[in-house]
Order: sequence, then structure tokens, then C-alpha cells
Amino acid sequence: MDRDIELRVDREAHAVRVDTRTTLLDLLRDRLGNMSPKKGCDHGQCGACTVLVDGRRTLSCLLLAAQASDCEVTTAAGLAPGGEPHPVQQAFLDHDGYQCGYCTPGQICSGVGVLDEAARDEPSHVTEDLTARVALDREELKERMSGNLCRCGAHPGIIDALEEAARQ
Amino acid sequence: MKEFSYTRPDSAEAAVAAVAQDPDAVYLAGGTNLVDHLKLGITTPGSLVDVSRLALGDVEPTPDGGLRIGATARNSDLAAHPYVRRHFSLLARALLAGASGQIRNVATTAGNLLQRTRCGYFQDPDARCNKRRPGAGCAAQEGWTRYHAVLGTSEHCLAAHPSDMAVALAALDAVVVVQGREGERRVPLTHFHRLPDDRPDLETVLEHGELVTAVEVPPLPYADRSAYRKVRDRASYAFALVSVAAALDVRDGRVAGVRLALGGVGTVPWRASVAEEALVGGPATEEAYREALLAELAQASPREDNAFKIPMARSTAVSVLRQLTQAPPPAGRRDQP
Repeated sequence: MDRDIELRVDREAHAVRVDTRTTLLDLLRDRLGNMSPKKGCDHGQCGACTVLVDGRRTLSCLLLAAQASDCEVTTAAGLAPGGEPHPVQQAFLDHDGYQCGYCTPGQICSGVGVLDEAARDEPSHVTEDLTARVALDREELKERMSGNLCRCGAHPGIIDALEEAARQ
Repeated sequence: MKEFSYTRPDSAEAAVAAVAQDPDAVYLAGGTNLVDHLKLGITTPGSLVDVSRLALGDVEPTPDGGLRIGATARNSDLAAHPYVRRHFSLLARALLAGASGQIRNVATTAGNLLQRTRCGYFQDPDARCNKRRPGAGCAAQEGWTRYHAVLGTSEHCLAAHPSDMAVALAALDAVVVVQGREGERRVPLTHFHRLPDDRPDLETVLEHGELVTAVEVPPLPYADRSAYRKVRDRASYAFALVSVAAALDVRDGRVAGVRLALGGVGTVPWRASVAEEALVGGPATEEAYREALLAELAQASPREDNAFKIPMARSTAVSVLRQLTQAPPPAGRRDQP
């Protein structure tokens, strides 16, 4: 069954008719040609498909495109308008926060989400005191990034990059 | 994936009417569990009724010091709410121990309560499972049961309830507010989930079409002396082998009040009422705690692969109670380094 949806992707408006079974990930890649988010496990376990939906990091493989109707979606590609890297992207470059690069767009969107969540004072499992202001140290970053796997094992560089991005 | 229609009603009443009149319709909230099950073919509804944008997302303190949680409040927003962090820290801790940041951003309160088990046989459409197909048999009975329940099991099902949040809510005497075509009713969380018995497919007391609209948490004066501790196979983004939600009120060396619930070990979020009854009025000693947990866990029916959960649940609960006795963490602090 089809449904007409409207959404914005990387600041561009789209009106598309989708099969209701289409996930946001498949809409982005197969219909809109945005290959930035990756299909890793397609079951919410690896984080490679992470995008920002209305500013919040979200697994695009577990969200139906219909659910994202009327939403503002930002992929890692949209974080670099005109090719100018986002500070988190630049930090990944500076700290070798990747190897093969497949998980990287998801890692970057997740990292941008983590910094925003911390700026909004959202705690994590390892936050020592829930009533104090959140401070992003390495332990915090590791916990908050646990939904993004890197099979090359670039996690130390990813955390280095986010540590620097958090300082800025 | 089977075809389905998708609608987004603009009121709870319209949503209830839409699902109630269609036996093939289900509610969709965050979808972090349901969309996965649609892909796996575990569930095959003909119609999805999206309730995630209904105005049911507020989290509010109540005048008596309790809490009212809207059904569509996101797990991340609930965990980050200042009142929850200060006054119901075990609930915030339980939420933060579950899933990943991306999933908590989307998953809702009601969806968390209604999430399905992660039993590997349930999630494998080729395996025998009484939850998916009543009467089909239970592959877990002779299967690998490291992640299965030891409490509340039956010969028809061993599947563990996966929620962390629900364990904290069980300890807090939460009440689930349910809207149906005939009006509203309230169900204590400890009666919301059903034991599998001979119908593992019936997981809650909800009738078809009933919609969870809120969860109410009554005040608990000693909720600031509470903790949630989760033991799992990896440090993050894993389901519980064992978890413990506890709040403890010790006066003059005796237990004046205690709330205790266990996760990872039960077919439902497990309120440890046998242990609580044994503890109240008695000495606040490690020996008493151990005896109480032994009494609670005497009901357990372990398998070879998950028998370890019994001593693990006992020692984790005793450790949490001991810590709450010796040096209750101030509001919001972690219960252990």
C-alpha cells in the first residue's frame, strides 16, 4: 500500500509516494539517492544507518519512511554543505576516526547527536551524579557511542575525535 | 514483509476506534521493536495506527510527590527529566541502562512496556514458539537458555521479559493508565504483564484496541535511597542477565520499608514480594537480605544454561541492599563506582 509523504532531507524538500513498508534508510538510499547512511545489520544493532531526525540521532533502518513524514532529516552528507566539513567530521579526519569508512557516516551523525545531548545536559549510564551538569569525558563518550559498531576497530580514534570535538 | 496500511489519527479516541474495529490492526509508537519484527516476519499486521505524535508525551510531577509519565514520552526524555533524575533516580538509571542512545531517542514509555522478548527462538520464524504460534511448542525447553527466565516460566515458555524500565516501575508500584472504547481503566504494573502459563502469546492484560495513555508513579518517600544495577555480558548495549531495582528505608537497624524488583530472570518484570515480606520489620543485615533472596528464588526453575542466574540475582540484590544500608547514595548518585 502506498502513502504520500513530505520530508526535508539535508535542507531539501521532498514529496514522495512510498510503499508503507519502506524504511527511512531505504527511502534515503534507493529513492532519494542519498548513499551517506549505510545499511549494516538493518536491525538496529550496528548504528551504520544513524541520521538526525528533527535533530535527534535516530536509526533510519528502524523507522518507517511514513513515520518520518513532516520531519527534517540530516545525514552525514548534509553536515558538510558546500563540502566544508562539520567540526565533528574534521575531528574524524584529524584523529583517524575510521578505517574502511563504512560505519563512518553513522558514527559522525551519532557523535553530533551525542554532543547535542550533552549540551542539553542529558545524562548517560555512566554519569556519576544525575543532579550535576554533564561533562563529556572518555568514559562518557564510549558509553554514549555504544550503539555504533566499527568492525575495523577504529573506536579509539573515534573517541579521540569526539573528545576533541567536545572540547571545541 | 506483508503489506500494511499506515494511518496517523489525531486523537487517542480516533486511534482506539481505528484499532478496536480492526482485528488486524496494531498500534505503532517509536517502532524500534515493531519495525524489526515486521522485517523478521514475527508479526504480520494489516494496519499500523501511529500514535507516536498524539499529545501523550508529557512527564509531570504530581501534587503529592508522584509522577505522571505520558505514554509517548521518549525513553531519553524521561531519563533526562530533572524531576525523575532527582526524585526517582532508579527509574532514570534503569532507562539509561537500556538500549542505545539512538533507540532511547525514539522508543516510548508504553512501547518499552509492550516490547517483546529477545528469546532467540521467538525471533526466529523457523523455530518452534508458542508465543508466535500457540500450540507450536517451545524450542527453548531443550535449547540454549543463557538469556532465558528462571522465574514465572512454564512448560510452554521460558522467555525473559527484556525491559529495564519496567523493572524499576514494578518496584515503584506504578500504575498503567489504559484507554479503551468503554473509557479508562488503571492496571497496577505488577498485574499488567501476564505469566506465560499455557498461553505465552497473551503477554499483557490489554484487550485488543486498548491503548496505554500514561504510567502513574505514586510518591515513595525513600525513593532517594534507591538503585538500579544491571549485570550483562558486555558493558553497554546489551540485555540484562540479571538486574535489580531497589529502594530501602532503614531505621534503627531495622527495615522500615523496602521495594525490590528483578530483571533478566523473570518472564515478567519480577517484583520480589516474597523477599520484601520477609524483610519488612526485620533486621537490616546482610544475613537477613540473603535469607530473603533465597526465599524469593526458591520459586525458580533453572535450566543448565541459566542456573547461574539464581546465585547472580541473589548476590547482586544483596550487594545493592547492603550498599543502600551502609551508605545510601545521595539523590542522583550512582550506586557503585
